[in-house]
Amino acid sequence: MPPTVALLASPPALLASTPAQLLPAREMMAFTLASHILLVPFGVALPALTLLMHYRGLRRGDVVALKLARRWSAVMAVQFAIGVVTGTVLSFEFGLLWPGMMGRWGDVFGLGFGVEAWAFFLEAVLIAIYLYGWRRLKPWTHFWLGLPLPLAALMGAFGIIAANSWMNTPQGFTLDAAGNPTDVTVRQAVFTPMFGPEYWHFAVAMFLTAGYVVAGVYAVGWLRGRRDRYHRLGFALPFTVAAILTPVQFFLGDSIARSVFHKQPIKFAALEIVWNTDTHVPEYLFGRLNSDGTISGGLKIPQLDSILAGFKPSTQVTGLTSVAADDRPTTTQATIAHWAFDLMATIGSLLILLALWYAWCWLRHRDLPRSRWFFRCAAIAGVACLFTVECGWISTEVGRQPWIVYFNMRVSEAVTTTGSGSLWAMLGVVVAVYVAVFGAFLAVLLKMRTRWRLADAAPDAAGPPPELDTPYGPRGEPLPTAAAPGAGGERPSGGDS
Amino acid sequence: MADLIAWVLVLAVAAYACAGGTDYGAGFWDLLAGGAERGKRPRWLIDHAMGPVWEVNNVWLIFVLVLMWTGFPAMFQAVFEALWLPLALAAIGMVLRGAGFGLRKPTRRLAQRRLYGAVFAVSSLLTPFFLGAVLGGIASGRVEVGTTASADAWANPTSVLTGLLTIGAVAFLGAVFLCCDARRFGADDLVGYFRLRALLALAAIVVVALIGLPVTHGDAHYVWHGLTRGLGLLFVLLALASGAVTAVLLLRRSYRWCRYTAVAGVGLTVFAWGFAQRPYLLPTSLTVAQAAGASATLGWLVIVTLVAIVLVGPALVLLYWMDTHGELESLTDADTGAAPAPGDNL
Ligand code: HDD
Ligand code: HEM
Ligand code: HEM
Repeated sequence: MPPTVALLASPPALLASTPAQLLPAREMMAFTLASHILLVPFGVALPALTLLMHYRGLRRGDVVALKLARRWSAVMAVQFAIGVVTGTVLSFEFGLLWPGMMGRWGDVFGLGFGVEAWAFFLEAVLIAIYLYGWRRLKPWTHFWLGLPLPLAALMGAFGIIAANSWMNTPQGFTLDAAGNPTDVTVRQAVFTPMFGPEYWHFAVAMFLTAGYVVAGVYAVGWLRGRRDRYHRLGFALPFTVAAILTPVQFFLGDSIARSVFHKQPIKFAALEIVWNTDTHVPEYLFGRLNSDGTISGGLKIPQLDSILAGFKPSTQVTGLTSVAADDRPTTTQATIAHWAFDLMATIGSLLILLALWYAWCWLRHRDLPRSRWFFRCAAIAGVACLFTVECGWISTEVGRQPWIVYFNMRVSEAVTTTGSGSLWAMLGVVVAVYVAVFGAFLAVLLKMRTRWRLADAAPDAAGPPPELDTPYGPRGEPLPTAAAPGAGGERPSGGDS
Repeated sequence: MADLIAWVLVLAVAAYACAGGTDYGAGFWDLLAGGAERGKRPRWLIDHAMGPVWEVNNVWLIFVLVLMWTGFPAMFQAVFEALWLPLALAAIGMVLRGAGFGLRKPTRRLAQRRLYGAVFAVSSLLTPFFLGAVLGGIASGRVEVGTTASADAWANPTSVLTGLLTIGAVAFLGAVFLCCDARRFGADDLVGYFRLRALLALAAIVVVALIGLPVTHGDAHYVWHGLTRGLGLLFVLLALASGAVTAVLLLRRSYRWCRYTAVAGVGLTVFAWGFAQRPYLLPTSLTVAQAAGASATLGWLVIVTLVAIVLVGPALVLLYWMDTHGELESLTDADTGAAPAPGDNL
């Protein structure tokens, strides 16, 4: 690794290496990110799924599809609000928790967030138009105005992932004598070596997750005996999208792992718990790395790690011990990253089986599989995917320890000077607030589902579907009593008042 | 280049103060709207007026933060270290505000609506106060590179006054916009209701500002002087004029332009502060030039800003146009086909 390593590992840095506020700061970052990331798949991919369903409804005059698209929009409206506020907290946390990182590196890697900011602008505008346009806009106008939405979402992801991949493989600057970055080349700082692999793996993960989660909801209904066209369509469309992407994600996962091997060798050593640099390295499935470098438990497969990394047993894999002990993840951190990685790969592989099962039944008799077991698995797949997303980020972030900027800045150098007491207190407040907000969010969603189910169970009670009534007609929610409009003769037409 | 970015930053702050401020103001009036029955109609209006746009308005804040850490990393670090507590509280306030607002609408039970509404309204009051206190802390010169977090940085006369002024400003903006929205939605009784409140808020601003004049003279010396001479003074006078015009328009019940004059009043005030602080980002210790990030990055920031203007500008115009022309309406239970569930009482 670069000479800066030696520079930063000098004794003063060692002394200051674990300020008391580091732990609460990390826990807070991890907690808020882990919460936000649960909503991101829906922010990125739910608009696309909804638009697909919307298109089908408009194209074929399919009332059921339009109803689904409308209901998904109603869900999106709530989910987007929670996504926005939890995301805003993250932006604040860069300053509240890691002022050292932003102060030194902000002008090197911050630009990605600039792209993100205007992508969010577009996304927020488009989503408002889409969500609030159902009633008044002409059907196809409405659809076309919504169509750029997935692109804006992918653009937003571009910014975030550019920033994160820069933290993993920082470049685009040189260090002056005082260790401060100069000669910033923005293009290099945005398109870092990890950017491509991370971006595609991430983007596909988001579509996959959203697809399986949405399909899972209808799989549960199916298992409970609601086997109408509504549930069939609500299941099949998102599940098909996710099933097609599953093998793609498998290959992208394999390729990002190899990028990590080449570009972040110490992280790779942590993910695969490789202690000494060697050839013919075995692969451990799970297992625990002890502080003396031995491994307890786990399933050992000889040679496989070297083969996976370089396609032949003689590939040399860098071990953790190739750098000083305080320049690499601790054995506990390595074990955490390793488990997260293995769980991700395991679930990814299991999802492939599920996708194959679906494909097989579809090719054989053009129908959904009949087995209840298939639907049970499909119902779990969504939750498993969310879990996998968490695992992926834990591999990325914990595997990078103790660096916040890989081999350029330690987490302990970036952390705020605010005392640990304040941080723990704040963490307590944040956890309480998030638990309440996410709990209320879920409760609201479940209530919406109940209302829809009741309406579907007694179709006459809810009146004719909107399409038969006045398609997209203006039937505003009535004012709560009092003062009818009227009288205002001088009121200008329109709203340019 | 750094100066240009600094002005973009001031512009973004002004935009957030106006756009986001209007939403905070709506929350403020939600808080004061009274019990469930009495406050039903104002709350209904607030829901309808804010619904489509508050997420967009929030992005201005993200833009401010990005400009700060990308353009002026040293300033970003100093501000977030020194003013840790009010910023942390503001962040939590934002979560509660957005979540409370987002969750209130799809709720069909009175008790829950009350709870979410209260969360939304109270945090709409506290968040702008803390953000204002942060600005006050900066303006009074209490933040320097290396200042560690302390209560003095934000619990001081200038901060408290700026916090109160911010609440006044958002309440004023909120009331003016709701007044016009009430006309748009045909709720004529609410026009007078919010007209009165807009005037009251304006009066409150004037009172706080008058109290603030002597207090900040010693406490925020540099900015005080900047505001009382040169371009700073010019913008203060323009802001005052806009406020006065708004008051006249409201008194004469001519609502066509009062939104624009209200926005101008708040926006010009932010610009006046920008002029008063020149050439400092953190008076009187860190200038724009000293805080500026790498020049290549600043160049790209200009490009990013231009792209934003080209791309986001029209989209924003479209959204506001559609919103003010009543093209945007939220989905109702009839649209999604929902029946009342047991326990629903709204
Ligand atoms: C549905 C979700 C999902 C699935 C099925 C997989 N992944 Fe993944 N993975 C993610 C979701 C994810 C993620 C959450 O999106 C991450 C976190 C950071 C990133 O860019 O993507 C990630 C990161 C990530 C990393 C860390 C990159 C870094 O440290 O910079 C590796 C090595 C892999 N993945 C490898 C795999 C492999 C070999 C898989 C085998 C099937 C796999 N992933 C399936
Ligand atoms: C642009 C994207 C991201 C940035 C800039 C970022 C930044 C950071 C920072 C500054 C820390 C604290 C230092 C550390 O402990 O490593 C951290 C830790 C962490 N982040 Fe990320 N992060 C990003 C994406 C994510 C996402 C989306 C997740 C999703 C869950 C995540 C999960 C974590 C976790 C679990 C930790 C704690 C690591 C530990 O305790 O050892 N990160 N991240
Ligand atoms: C540390 C990293 C992160 C930061 C600072 C961050 C910041 C934000 C902010 C400020 C918002 C609200 C934007 C608005 O007001 O409209 C937001 C929402 C969002 N974030 Fe994050 N975020 C982070 C992690 C991630 C990651 C890893 C992704 C993946 C692409 C992501 C994707 C999104 C999306 C798509 C939204 C839009 C809201 C939604 O659709 O739910 N964020 N984020």
